[in-house]
Parts: sequence; C-alpha cells; structure tokens
Amino acid sequence: MPSFYEVGNRSRGILSWIFSTDHKRIGLLYLFSILTFFAIGVLLGFLMRLELIAPGPTIMRPQTYNAIFTLHGVFMIFLFVIPGIPSIFGNFFLPIQIGARDVAFPKINLLSWWIFMTGAFLAILSLFTGGGPVDTGWTFYVPYSLRTPVNVPLAVFAVFILGISSILTGINFVTTTHQLRAPGMTWFRLPLFVWAIYATAWVQVLVTPVVGITLLLTLTERLAGVGIFDPAKGGDPLLYQHLFWIYSHPAVYIMILPAMGVISEIIPVFARRTIFGYKAILFSSLAIASVGSFVWGHHMFVSGQSDLASILFSLLTFLVAVPSGVKVFNWVSTLYKGSIEVAPPLLFALTFIFLFSIGGLTGLFQGALATDVHLHDTYWVVGHFHYTIFGGTGFALFGALHYWFPKMFGRMYHKKIPYLAWAFLFVGFNTLYFPMLILGWKGMPRRYYDYLPQFHSLQLLSTIGSWILIAGLILLFANLVHSLFKGEKVGDNPWHGSTLEWQIPSPPPKENFEKIPHVERGPYEFR
Amino acid sequence: MKNPQNDTGSKMGMWLFLLSEILLFGGLFILYSVYRFNNPQAFHLAAEALDRPLGTLNTLILLTSSLTMALSISFLKKGGPRRSLLFLSATLFLGLLFLFNKYLEWTWKVHHGIYPDAPRLLEREKGEVLFYGLYYSMTGLHGLHVLAGVLLLSVMFIFILRGNIHRNHFVPLENTGLYWHLVDIIWVFLFPLFYLIT
Repeated sequence: MPSFYEVGNRSRGILSWIFSTDHKRIGLLYLFSILTFFAIGVLLGFLMRLELIAPGPTIMRPQTYNAIFTLHGVFMIFLFVIPGIPSIFGNFFLPIQIGARDVAFPKINLLSWWIFMTGAFLAILSLFTGGGPVDTGWTFYVPYSLRTPVNVPLAVFAVFILGISSILTGINFVTTTHQLRAPGMTWFRLPLFVWAIYATAWVQVLVTPVVGITLLLTLTERLAGVGIFDPAKGGDPLLYQHLFWIYSHPAVYIMILPAMGVISEIIPVFARRTIFGYKAILFSSLAIASVGSFVWGHHMFVSGQSDLASILFSLLTFLVAVPSGVKVFNWVSTLYKGSIEVAPPLLFALTFIFLFSIGGLTGLFQGALATDVHLHDTYWVVGHFHYTIFGGTGFALFGALHYWFPKMFGRMYHKKIPYLAWAFLFVGFNTLYFPMLILGWKGMPRRYYDYLPQFHSLQLLSTIGSWILIAGLILLFANLVHSLFKGEKVGDNPWHGSTLEWQIPSPPPKENFEKIPHVERGPYEFR
Repeated sequence: MKNPQNDTGSKMGMWLFLLSEILLFGGLFILYSVYRFNNPQAFHLAAEALDRPLGTLNTLILLTSSLTMALSISFLKKGGPRRSLLFLSATLFLGLLFLFNKYLEWTWKVHHGIYPDAPRLLEREKGEVLFYGLYYSMTGLHGLHVLAGVLLLSVMFIFILRGNIHRNHFVPLENTGLYWHLVDIIWVFLFPLFYLIT
C-alpha cells in the first residue's frame, strides 16, 4: 500500500503539505516548525549563558540580556514545550493508536497549525516593530508590562493567538478520543499515551481561555488604559498574577503529562513486560490534570496573598506530587524482572525518570512555605524548572523521536550515535543546571545581568555545561536528519511493539488502516 | 469514510468550545467579584448611572432572539426551510438591534466623558474607574461575541438558502443556535451585575 508521503491530495509540492488535512502530515508540519523554534530557543539560551561566563558586561548590554531571557522563555514555552509532544506525536499517533483514520475535525486541525504559525510569526514580528523586543520575562507581569516602552501589545497578542491554537487542538483530541475509537477499543484498552494526551487536552480546553482573557485585558490596558490591572487606577496587579498562573501552572502539566505518556509507551516495549499498574498510571494522569489545576498560588507565596491561601496552595502542591510519584514507581516496577533492552528510546526514558525525579524533589523545597521565602526568584527555581521541563519533557521528546522515528519515516537511524549524543546531553545537562541549584541556594537571584565574584566559578561551570549540551544536541539531530535521507529501510515493527501503530506499514498509508481493526486485548500484551 | 466527522462528534466539539468560552468570561467574572467585594460603595454609585431601561430592553431583545433561533431550528428539522429562514432573519435583526442599542449606550457614556482613560473618569473614585473598566471590557467582549454570532447567522442563512443545510443535515444550524444561546446566557448574567445590583 502506498504511504501517506506518496498519496497526497489535489495540491502539489509544498502546498500538498501546508493545506493537508491528514493528521500525519500536520504532525510533521508541527515537527519541523516546532524544532525550528526549539533551535532558536537554544541559541538564545546559549547567548544568555555566554553573557554570564564572567561578571560584568561580556558580549551584550543589559537591555539586550533582558530581551534575550524573555524571548528564550517565550519561544521555549509557548512555541516548543507546550505544543511539542501533543501537537507532533499526539497528532501523528493518537488517531492511529485508537484505530481511527484521522482526528474528529481534520480541517480544524489544519486551522490550528495555521493559527499556531500566525502566532509564531507575530511573536517574531514583535521583535522588530514597536519599541523592540519584550523585556518583561515570559510572564508579562503588570505593572511593569504596562509601563515598559517595548512592544508588549504585539507579543501578548501573539501568545493569545497561540492559545487559540492550543484550545482547538485540545477540543479536537477530546472529541477524537470519545468518538473515533475502533470497535473493541474500550477506555481501559487505550494506550497510556492516549490517556495522557486526553487528560492534557482537557487541561488545554479548560485553562487556556483564562490566560487568553488575562492577555486580552493586558492588551486593552496597553491600548486603551482601562485600568483593571493598573494600580494607579485602582487595579490590583496581584489579580493579574492569579489569572496568569491559573493557566500557567496547569500549563506545566500540559508540558509534562504527554511526556509521561511517552515514557509509559516506551518502558513496557523495551522491558518486554506489560505495564505495571495500568489503571494507577491512568488515574494518576487524571489526578495530576485535576489537582494540578488548583496549585497555582504556589508561584505567589511571597507576593502578598493571604497566609491561608498560601497554606492551602502549599498543601495542594504537596498532594500533586503523589500521583507523579505513583507513576515513577510504576515505571520502575515495570522494569523489574523485565527482559530489558537498553535501546536509544529506553535510554532517554530512563534519563527522564532520573532527571525528572531530581526536578520533582527540588520542587518540593519550593512548595514548603518557609524554604520558598529563601529560594523564591533565585537560580534554584531556574534549575528546578529546567530539570522538570528539559530533563522531563525535553528528554521524553528525544525518546519519542527515537521510538517513533522508524514508524514516521520508514527508516532507522544510526543506532550507535544516539548513545554518544546521550552521553554529551547527560553530562552537559547536569553541568549546566546542577550548579544553578547551588547558586540559587547560595542566593543568586534569577534574571540578573551581573553577579557577585563569589558566584563566578559556578556560573562558568554552568556556561561550559551549555556547550557540552549543545554539542550533544547537534550530534543527536545530525544523526536523525542524516537518517531521514540515508537511513536503512525498516520493517513495520522494529521494536516489536504491541500497540496499533506497530501493526500497520512504516510509514503508514494515507488512511492508516486498510480495514478498521477490531481490538480484542490490552495495549501492552506481548507474546 | 474519508471524513470521519459525525453529528454527535461535532455537537461534542461545540460543547467543548462553549466550555472554553465560559472560562474566557469566567476570568472577567472573577475580576468583577473581587473588585465589587473591595469597592461596594463605588460600584453602587457607578451602577446607578447606567441606563436601566435600555439595558432591560436589550435583555428582552436577546431573550426573544433565542426564541426565534430555536424556532428556526425546529422549522428546519420539520422541513420548512422558508419559515426557518424567516425566523433566522428575525434572530439576525434582533442581534443587530442589540448591537445598535449598545452603540447608543456607549456613545452617550463617551459623550459624558466616561470612557477608559478619560480625564473626567479618572477624577472619580478608583472603584468607579474599575467599574467602568469592567463595564467596557465585559460588555465589549460580549458585543464582539454578538457580532461574531451575527456573522455566523448570516453564513447559516446563505447555507440554508443554497440548500447546503436542510432537514437531514441541520447540525451546523444547531451548533450556531448553541453559540447564540451562550451569548444570550452571558448577557443574562451581565445585565443584573451591571444594571440591577446597585
């Protein structure tokens, strides 16, 4: 059967991609656009680290530094991590894993990509228009974002547009999971990746509108001076923070849940064992999605919110760590007495568990009210965040790329190079971010252009780590790009996976299944 | 089988979309409650100055338009596209009338120097500035939704006229109806919050 690369639509060439409603083509559109934004984000992070190699000015001026750390956050969060796994792998594999030919609304799916690209375009445009690049940090906190002369309105509007794309994707995935499951694909036979994407989609639908209205109000504030967030006119900046984090905290679960879904797919396949605690993992996804929506106040412990609120948010924050722990224990138990093959995808999955555990445990320090006063707004937070999001979502994305690459492209990558790339990434990652935890503990505030001499050696170490990390990234992606053209052709099921995507040709045909399958067993039953 | 959309699916998608709309307005309702709680007196004074008869009229207009919308759908289902079109145009007309009244109301307020960032407004108490900030933001966002609804209704009008939507394929019209009712319901909450509670 010809693959979806060969069977296009009425258009030709690039048009047959950017106007395609095929979920697989849209998934690949996202893959290439999102990885491009990732590259920009990495470059910005590299420049930031280079500036911090020594105290005092080195390669840029303070204003440029402020713009760069803002853009690094905006690009990485809104254009890479949030859309990353759901838009790329969710689009490509959710329909296949539930035995469907496409998502529920293929045209809206294509529209989401276009809206996403429009938002990205506006975000880039905001750098060169108005007052220049935004310097507020990715959080756009008022009142500073109302006063700074830079181009806040366009940047905020761009993020609003990206939010619309995220909501539409969420609606599509929830409806798809409800409506298009193949006969016999009961809720408890769904692969855990589907469950993770499903839980994430709900969070996308329910909380993104709240940041939407917050950003719209910031926009009207800038353009018309309405006064809702402006303390000079009676507005309360604290309410901005509340509304912002009502979205932006659950957003970290939008980032991490799909990653956990990927890990739950990879581990059973390479341990040749059915997953331990299928239902526990599934319900912990739902628990994270729901409890995680009520912990946003832990970003505001020192902002002046009431003590009672802080105590409740702290308690809920500790509670949300429980389902994450449940997952980690289940993954490790799955490996127990398994017939483990440490192929590249599993290597990245194991690294996810290690780094994410450090990220999760360091998070608890901030969740405690007293220690947070000391750690708030220091490098500790930066270190913690990168351990969870880069060490977590980032490594899961690398794992997903290596796991599904043969299915998506029908070719296998060079299998030795990922190990070398991994070594660089692992060493580089820890050299880059572990010093940040120490720096923060010692009191180095984040977002500062300059620092005291006693922080020099750790800052230098961290910068060196960034070079090692980037070397690893280049190696990893060079291997994948090379294999895209030169890789060995591969069979339908190189990893002997048992979920539906491995039962169809690589790359999949346009309609995925010749005949819609009838599902008679759970997702991880290996024979 | 190319397009696996089905009617239940598109209904479900619409409900999810409406849910996200409710949360969009939800942010504004939170702001309203907090600011009202903090500035009860100023909110009381500012609300007295709103045009209550015009607000009531607009409420009646929107409620009636929801009725005509529902009638339009049920006539289409029973196979009466002409009556369906008639009631659809009535809905359209009422929607436009609502917007026209809103336009009058805003113009009068602006004429009296009460609009965001206006010097005469900023002289007043901060609670009143917030009240009008919320008034313009919330009714403004609602107005935009009415406008979007009017556009959607016009598209439906053309579809029915050309026979793309008919008694066996009416889900798009039903979804438009759902959206229109949501816009109506949001107004049902906005009206007492701004005009009645003083």
